Amino acid sequence: MDTKKTSLYQLHQDSKAKFVEFAGYQMPIQYSEGIVEEHRFTRNHSGIFDVSHMGQLFIYGQEDLADDLERIFPLDLKNLKLNHSKYSFLMSDNAGIYDDLIITKIKDGFLIILNAACKENDFKILKELLNDKYKMILDEERSLIAIQGPKSVEILKSVIRGVENLNFMSGNWFTLDDHNIYVTRSGYTGEDGFEVSLTNEFADGFTRRLIDKGAKLIGLGARDTLRLEAGLCLYGHELSKDKTPVEANLKWAISKERILKGNFIGSDIITKQLNNGVSKIRVGIKPEGRIIAREKTKIYNESNLEIGEITSGTFGPSVNGPVAMGYVENEFSKKNTKIFLEVRGKKHPATICSLPFYKKSYVKGVN
Amino acid sequence: MSEIKYSKEHEWIKLEGDIATIGITKHATEMLGDIVFTELPEKGSNVEKDGTAGVVESTKAASDVYTPVSGEVVDLNQSIVDDPSKINQDPENSAWFFKLKIKDKSEMDTLMNKDEYDKFAKESSA
Repeated sequence: MDTKKTSLYQLHQDSKAKFVEFAGYQMPIQYSEGIVEEHRFTRNHSGIFDVSHMGQLFIYGQEDLADDLERIFPLDLKNLKLNHSKYSFLMSDNAGIYDDLIITKIKDGFLIILNAACKENDFKILKELLNDKYKMILDEERSLIAIQGPKSVEILKSVIRGVENLNFMSGNWFTLDDHNIYVTRSGYTGEDGFEVSLTNEFADGFTRRLIDKGAKLIGLGARDTLRLEAGLCLYGHELSKDKTPVEANLKWAISKERILKGNFIGSDIITKQLNNGVSKIRVGIKPEGRIIAREKTKIYNESNLEIGEITSGTFGPSVNGPVAMGYVENEFSKKNTKIFLEVRGKKHPATICSLPFYKKSYVKGVN
Repeated sequence: MSEIKYSKEHEWIKLEGDIATIGITKHATEMLGDIVFTELPEKGSNVEKDGTAGVVESTKAASDVYTPVSGEVVDLNQSIVDDPSKINQDPENSAWFFKLKIKDKSEMDTLMNKDEYDKFAKESSA
């Protein structure tokens, strides 16, 4: 199968991107300045991320749709306000995670943003679960551009007036040069920012306008270091069919109301795990010194017993040191627990720590 | 007179008397990206030609560093352990990795000169 290209492919090439195949797409891993500089630019200024490979699933319907989706997602969707977004999961009967996603209430239904590698499968699962009752479009005609970092609001509002009034995890339709654009205030970096859904033919021109205003293109490499510092999960690493939202330490995303009622896919297991606890759980891990513990690194306790495995690990440019996440047996998951990471045959000391590694203070500047 | 040669694993080696200084090439740093971690061999240890003699990690991945010749490690560049970004800044000069007291000068003959290496690097990245 040929790898797909996003609408920004030419722009990536013009910007000297190094490409990598990701979920069937040719995507930029980095540009000429490199991952560390791109990471810092996003933290200090404003970075643009082409996330057009992600799925934009529109499902059209009214109240019965919200009812039906509540049987699938552990969310209070009937009370979700227009243009408000929630983080959630598509789960199996055993509460294993098929995908993590953002669902937004729009006028005629719901918009669900899906991971690129999962979107086709998600579509199939959802179509079957909804008995083909609703019009569903996995929209390939639209691109998705994220703009993240402290200067993003100034830059984006100079192009699309009004976006500055959006609250975190909410969105709205805007019009620019007769194009309909859906903008949400959200992201995957731990920074203030937006995600912009727009037609493919408008994506290149729009993104060049953001660049003219001072934002810079950022590749998947820095996207990974940014999200890891922010303690955010990546599907295929922290999340998979073998992990539940409770094990992934994401129970905050499950509606308490819905837990009481049950009746969503996976609710039996979720309720059981919430009541009885889990045997393994996702934690933040801070290696001592500079050693980097990457995915699949084994984790040991002080008695040299294997207690878990790293799911993501890298060097965090803003933390200026190594950072990691992984799963450990529950009894070793307390903050400040000493653990050991086996890297290239040697055991290196590390500590269980709270997430995120990097936290922004959202205090607005004082004039 | 010093002689600089290059290996297929993208190390450079400068020989002065029987002391060889070894580092990684600019081309290697460009392939690796931002280097954020360095591990060097132990001082006093013996390393064998084409054996591993350290590790560099970029934000993307870990790569072994190989020694292009055999010898005893007589000196280490601690500054690239303390600040690995120096390797990206000046790979073929101040950011050398380690120095060896070499055993067999003829091992140098198996390595490439600058022109040969440049051609090799260009072809291997094409």
